[in-house]
Amino acid sequence: MFSNEVSDKLKILAGAAKYDVSCSSSGSNRQNNGSGFGNSIAAGICHSFTEDGRCISLLKILFSNYCIYDCAYCINRKSNDIKRATFKVDEIVSITVNFYRRNYIEGLFLSSGVIKNPDYTMELLTRVAKELRIKEKFFGYIHLKAIPGASNDILKEAGLYADRLSVNIEIPTEPNLKLLAPDKNFHDVYSPMGFLKEGIIANKEERKLFRNAQSFVPAGQSTQLIIGATPENDMQIVNLASALYKDQKLKRVYYSAFSPVNDYDKRLPSLTQSPLVRENRLYQADWLMRFYKFTADEIVNKNHPDLELEIDPKLSYALRNICQYPVDVNKADYEMILRVPGIGVRSAKLIVSARRYGKLNFNNLKKIGVVLKRAKYFITCAEMNEGVININPVIIKNKLLEAPKPVKKVGVLTQLELFSKA
Amino acid sequence: MNIFIYDKTFEGLLTLVFDSYDLKIIPDKIVRNENFQASLFGEKYEVISDINKADRVWKGLSVKLSEEGCQKLYRAHLSESEEADMLIFKQIRNIFSKRHNIERDYRDELVLGIKNLSRKVSREACRMLEFVRFQKTADNIYFSPISPGYNVLPLIGKHFRNRLNDQQWVIYDIKRKYGLFYDLKEVSEITIDNKYFSALSGKIEETVLSDDEKQFQNLWKEYFNSINIKERKNLRQQLHFMPKKYRKFLTEVDKF
Ligand code: SF4
Repeated sequence: MFSNEVSDKLKILAGAAKYDVSCSSSGSNRQNNGSGFGNSIAAGICHSFTEDGRCISLLKILFSNYCIYDCAYCINRKSNDIKRATFKVDEIVSITVNFYRRNYIEGLFLSSGVIKNPDYTMELLTRVAKELRIKEKFFGYIHLKAIPGASNDILKEAGLYADRLSVNIEIPTEPNLKLLAPDKNFHDVYSPMGFLKEGIIANKEERKLFRNAQSFVPAGQSTQLIIGATPENDMQIVNLASALYKDQKLKRVYYSAFSPVNDYDKRLPSLTQSPLVRENRLYQADWLMRFYKFTADEIVNKNHPDLELEIDPKLSYALRNICQYPVDVNKADYEMILRVPGIGVRSAKLIVSARRYGKLNFNNLKKIGVVLKRAKYFITCAEMNEGVININPVIIKNKLLEAPKPVKKVGVLTQLELFSKA
Repeated sequence: MNIFIYDKTFEGLLTLVFDSYDLKIIPDKIVRNENFQASLFGEKYEVISDINKADRVWKGLSVKLSEEGCQKLYRAHLSESEEADMLIFKQIRNIFSKRHNIERDYRDELVLGIKNLSRKVSREACRMLEFVRFQKTADNIYFSPISPGYNVLPLIGKHFRNRLNDQQWVIYDIKRKYGLFYDLKEVSEITIDNKYFSALSGKIEETVLSDDEKQFQNLWKEYFNSINIKERKNLRQQLHFMPKKYRKFLTEVDKF
């Protein structure tokens, strides 16, 4: 039985973790071999949804919100006068196990302020993961934050117990990072990322040879970028994300709209509201790169450095490249069908399956789930399509922006809902 | 009008298909025996579930369809409506009438109908993986009531069997009055008749809960409230992902 103190700690240390966006439990396939309990499901599972509409998949907490650093954008910075707390290792272990057994969560996402120094902090996080795996024989999902500046030896051990590790870049360019987080630099962020990348690649090779070799960070790495605390444009952000996917082999890049905190700090922009629409557009751009085979340059470039807020980036691409349309859904490659506004991954797959049996018409497309209101300007099929005759991008855009609005005013959308109908 | 009456099992429906071919009679209406009213006007055929007949139809289907194609028919049946029964019946005849496998011809209304229905059932099964909330009892059994719209229990046992393999658990469908019980070895179907359990509300009496149960429920509530960002309140979206009808047994949300 716990004392009330544990409940107070949970309040403080969950509250302190709430701005970290990543709650995903995906990408791992850990199976218990009968000698323990729990597993992870590659697709991830959400277990609840908070009033802000976000998914709860993991127990997302800080080990401690004491911190020796003073990053401008962070609520836990040392110069803030806030309630502080630190968990004990076995408290976190017990809460995780007991929540998991009741089907509240998929596992643990543990981060922390920097206590004493990076290595000391990373060791504590690793100890929690180790106890869960070795003592409790827990096979559920574990995501640990890799503390920037932690040494390779400790990261290596952490990687043996965790499914995912993440080093947060937070600020997209180094000069701005230095300005807002004088204690941090890009080297401290990129060096563990690079080390983990090599380890993950080597481990994959090893596991091809020895099927029983212990896995190392099987769900890969992720990172987070704060949007709107510094003046980078979308081209810089999307290009950075693209490079992180390609060169660092990251599994996910998360975008977190800056929440106006610490407004006494004049290095920060004065915002009345978080740039949530921009955050959503960046997630959509990210999806275009990961699931729709778009390159960063097709989404943003010198002539078009920022994502449009009023329409989504796929529609924006189509309007800027109208000469590539209309697409003949009965003939075009899957990749090109994916590029039609109003057709998502699911409908594109159904189209490609169904057309083997015969030509598709508008009614078929509608039944399959294509949003014809948007798609009609960009496709041809077995019937005449008046939508595409002599029409130019300006007219299409205006038509689509006319009431009834095709682009919903978005609040915070989670990754799940993005493009589900776009 | 030809009315076929069957016992609402999947086996029964497959037997119905067999009998229909055998008798060369196509039902105009399929009725589940629990809904049967003697006043129904028409020629009545009572189908007696027969494992051998069902098996022959199922084998025939598995020659024509992929494994997934067969599963779709099974899942569609778990939606438990007579319209669904008719749709499945028509689709099976449709499948047998064509030379090649038609399961992905999404131009076909029947194919699409089965696909969409099966998807609805799967989605609800996924929701149960999310929203099952176990309470630990004093005798170390983890208990969760559910009341899904469709009969999804057959689809979710395996998940919990694989995951919570070292604890005894019960998931009980209070609408259909049966549950799954895992006894550390295997999962079996049960019905509960116990004075500490209300079959109506799905609640078990607090006196039979384990000592630390309330504490973890409270910690979970505490967590749920602390992780929320108040300035970004978006109840519409919360409702979209967590519809009211699934909130009944969620420990963390206040009952309105
Ligand atoms: S190191 Fe992390 S916890 Fe500490 S002030 Fe910076 S962002 Fe906040």
